[in-house]
Amino acid sequence: MSGEHAAAPPAGVEQGSARPIVLLVGNPNSGKTTVFNLLTGSNGKVGNYPGITVDRRSAPLKLETGTLELVDLPGTYSLTSRSMEEEVAVDAVLGRGLPAPSSVVLLADATTLRRGLYLATQVLDTGVPAVLAITMMDEARGQGLELDVDALSEALGCEVVPMVASRGEGRAELLRAIARAEARSGTRGAAPPLPPALEADLAAVSEVVERLEPHAGLSEARESARRRSFAAWALLSLGDDEIEDVGAPLREAVSERHRLAASEGRKLDTELVAARYARIDALLDEVLRLPKAAKRPLSERVDDVLVHPVWGLVVFALVMALVFQALFSWSEPAIGLIEAGVEVVKALVGGALAEGPFRDLLLDGVIAGVGNVIVFVPQIALLFVFVTVLEDSGYLARVAFVIDRVMGGVGLHGKAFVPMLSGFACAIPAVMATRTIESRRDRLLTMLVVPLTSCSARLPVYVLVIGAVFSGSAKVFGLLELGAVVLFSMYALSVLAAVGAAAVLRRTVLRGPRPTMLLELPPYRRPRLRNVAFATWERVRRFLVDAGTVILALTIVLWAGLEYPKDEATPARLAPLREAAAAIEDEGERDERLSALDAEEKGAALRHSIGGRIGTAIEPAIEPLGFDYRIGIGILGAFAAREVFVSTLGIAFDVGEADEQSTSLRTALKTAKRRDGAPLMTPLTGVSLMVFFVLACQCMSTIAVVRRESGSWKWPGLMFAYMSLLAYGAALLVYQGGKLFGWG
Amino acid sequence: MPTPPNGSQDPTTLASLANGERAAILSVDCARPVAVRLLEMGLVPGTEIEVLRRAPLGDPIELSVRGFSLTVRKADAVSVSVARRAPGARR
Ligand SMILES: Nc1nc2c(ncn2[C@@H]2O[C@H](COP(=O)(O)OP(=O)(O)OP(=O)(O)O)[C@@H](O)[C@H]2O)c(=O)[nH]1
Repeated sequence: MSGEHAAAPPAGVEQGSARPIVLLVGNPNSGKTTVFNLLTGSNGKVGNYPGITVDRRSAPLKLETGTLELVDLPGTYSLTSRSMEEEVAVDAVLGRGLPAPSSVVLLADATTLRRGLYLATQVLDTGVPAVLAITMMDEARGQGLELDVDALSEALGCEVVPMVASRGEGRAELLRAIARAEARSGTRGAAPPLPPALEADLAAVSEVVERLEPHAGLSEARESARRRSFAAWALLSLGDDEIEDVGAPLREAVSERHRLAASEGRKLDTELVAARYARIDALLDEVLRLPKAAKRPLSERVDDVLVHPVWGLVVFALVMALVFQALFSWSEPAIGLIEAGVEVVKALVGGALAEGPFRDLLLDGVIAGVGNVIVFVPQIALLFVFVTVLEDSGYLARVAFVIDRVMGGVGLHGKAFVPMLSGFACAIPAVMATRTIESRRDRLLTMLVVPLTSCSARLPVYVLVIGAVFSGSAKVFGLLELGAVVLFSMYALSVLAAVGAAAVLRRTVLRGPRPTMLLELPPYRRPRLRNVAFATWERVRRFLVDAGTVILALTIVLWAGLEYPKDEATPARLAPLREAAAAIEDEGERDERLSALDAEEKGAALRHSIGGRIGTAIEPAIEPLGFDYRIGIGILGAFAAREVFVSTLGIAFDVGEADEQSTSLRTALKTAKRRDGAPLMTPLTGVSLMVFFVLACQCMSTIAVVRRESGSWKWPGLMFAYMSLLAYGAALLVYQGGKLFGWG
Repeated sequence: MPTPPNGSQDPTTLASLANGERAAILSVDCARPVAVRLLEMGLVPGTEIEVLRRAPLGDPIELSVRGFSLTVRKADAVSVSVARRAPGARR
């Protein structure tokens, strides 16, 4: 954002669209999404703010006087910011590097008006023309609150529109008020004066702001209000922050004022915030009448059960089990349907085309790739239906509250629980669900460790390997199947790895101020079907458009790598054998012989391909883990999707098509020999292979979706690197350590 | 430190209040980023709060402040000094 300030477009004009911008600003849960949809009739289009991955939703706002662009700011409690992500709010309101808004729609929840007005007065003080919409008037009336709207409007110097946004009440009035605010364009009295000491602090910093910050091309009255607001922002925001686009002189001025204040025994932060609350309290004493005897809000009584020391945990476990069950099993039929559908399309297209490289590309590259993308849609859609319902109802905040003790212990945010849990079904929707975490650092951390949770696509690998090397073996303590214990250990390893990685990343790459969690527990509310549908569709759409294209491209590249160059020699060599086999009288024997030849040919073709050659070339590197080139090829193939590992192994071991239950592949694994003749699949190799699979980032779709959600290749790159190292190191330790103890 | 408002006594920290206890904020002395956020959420000196409950695992703490519910981790709550209200004292 820095450096662009000088080139900022004229006030209120959206780059490219030339429509004046109306900002929608409000606390989280104040009904922003509802009002946005109410005013624009749509979900709008979602993009990012320049340079950072903060959603920027906007849609045309049609007034009688013309069309404006309504831009939804992320929900926030104040303009104060410590990171570039949070800075979006102040930048958007002040028009720093972005076009300044021509007016602002402020939202405040009537039931938490004091806190809502903290943000609202911060914005009003910048001098921008504004309308204050007060939502949840129905709930406020229910609580017996009485608000004098006219007096509030008088005192704040802006129109105030009471609303029940969820029922559409107040829409017409709000639209008219916006039109009037636009017409007045910027004449409101200056912010009320603060105590002299604070005014002196603000004046000193404002002076530096005037020298450093470019003007937004506004009237002098607004420019001066803007400077004063920016000075107040700087005094509260700078110091221990991660903001990159403010000049050193401003930082110095701010820390100088803090020092000066401290030397007089004043606490500048406390004074600034307290002065605003004093102003709000004085105002509300005049215009808001509280009920005589407040009865305990319903939500609090509900919470007596839902976050009860015992029942709270039971409810929590039940809700989470439901989410997990849905992701794990309810998505199955839809996934099966998609997979079957892809096969049908393949058969149809395949039947219509002549054999050849183009047909192969279309069937196994493009159509299979599209299948690889849409197969995630059921789980993404299901998870977002749940997440949106949990979030809108207010329970998601309770989830974070209940489990924060556990998550906080390893440096994770309480809200990281749902994504981590979902990771056991599939990392793709889980990474997308990290969106509920507001802080970027907490969100990135979660995203980077979620792929360590053992997703359902790893299960076939465990099943195959355990079937091959642990079946029918001894029982542990005469009770448990050894295979079951091994399987359980893999899941335990995955949890430990995720927790450990979080702790390490928090202290290294994502080091920062001591993390915390200040969370509002909003009152319980009934989720709106419309909001849930909009939010879910938006996630699915963006997955298909952004991550989907990358996944498709990677599928085609991987397919080509395992298919080309073509092996001409083997089919020629096998041709006479084939003829001989075709001549065998006995039908059963003939088919068996022919399919063995098919399998051999497929295996040879795979080894001949680039992928096969790379797999062979890396053999020396993976030999210390106990793997041979065939497993190497399988690991490369698995990158397309982890479940492909099993079928690629089938081909590499010359058994043709195979799944994890296939006895032929199991037998092939059991009897496979290394080049030196020693058996390949010892229990030790099996464990080493499974440990590798638990820890490795073996899924290009995860990489694509992390790239999408983090906004750069840096984070998926880091994730791939650390997970690969971890997987390699752990498998090496297992295999070499095991051999040392003589287990191999 | 501001003088405790009338009717309050016994300065302590937010973390050591029992469930159901009321207190008035005296000062917020956490690390600055957390302190500013707590202040902005309305925990300025003089503000009345009530500890509603603790999470089932004992941490974080849920407070009622200015008509809404806010959760604060214990690690932060130890740096918030409050004046405990005498039991039964009215707001
Ligand atoms: N009773 C009542 N409920 C409302 C009103 N406005 C919105 N809601 C509900 O309040 C909840 C939160 O509304 P949202 O529009 O999602 O709020 P938001 O500000 O976008 O929330 P975040 O996306 O978390 O920032 C939803 O369940 C809405 O249906 C209102 O005026 N009255």
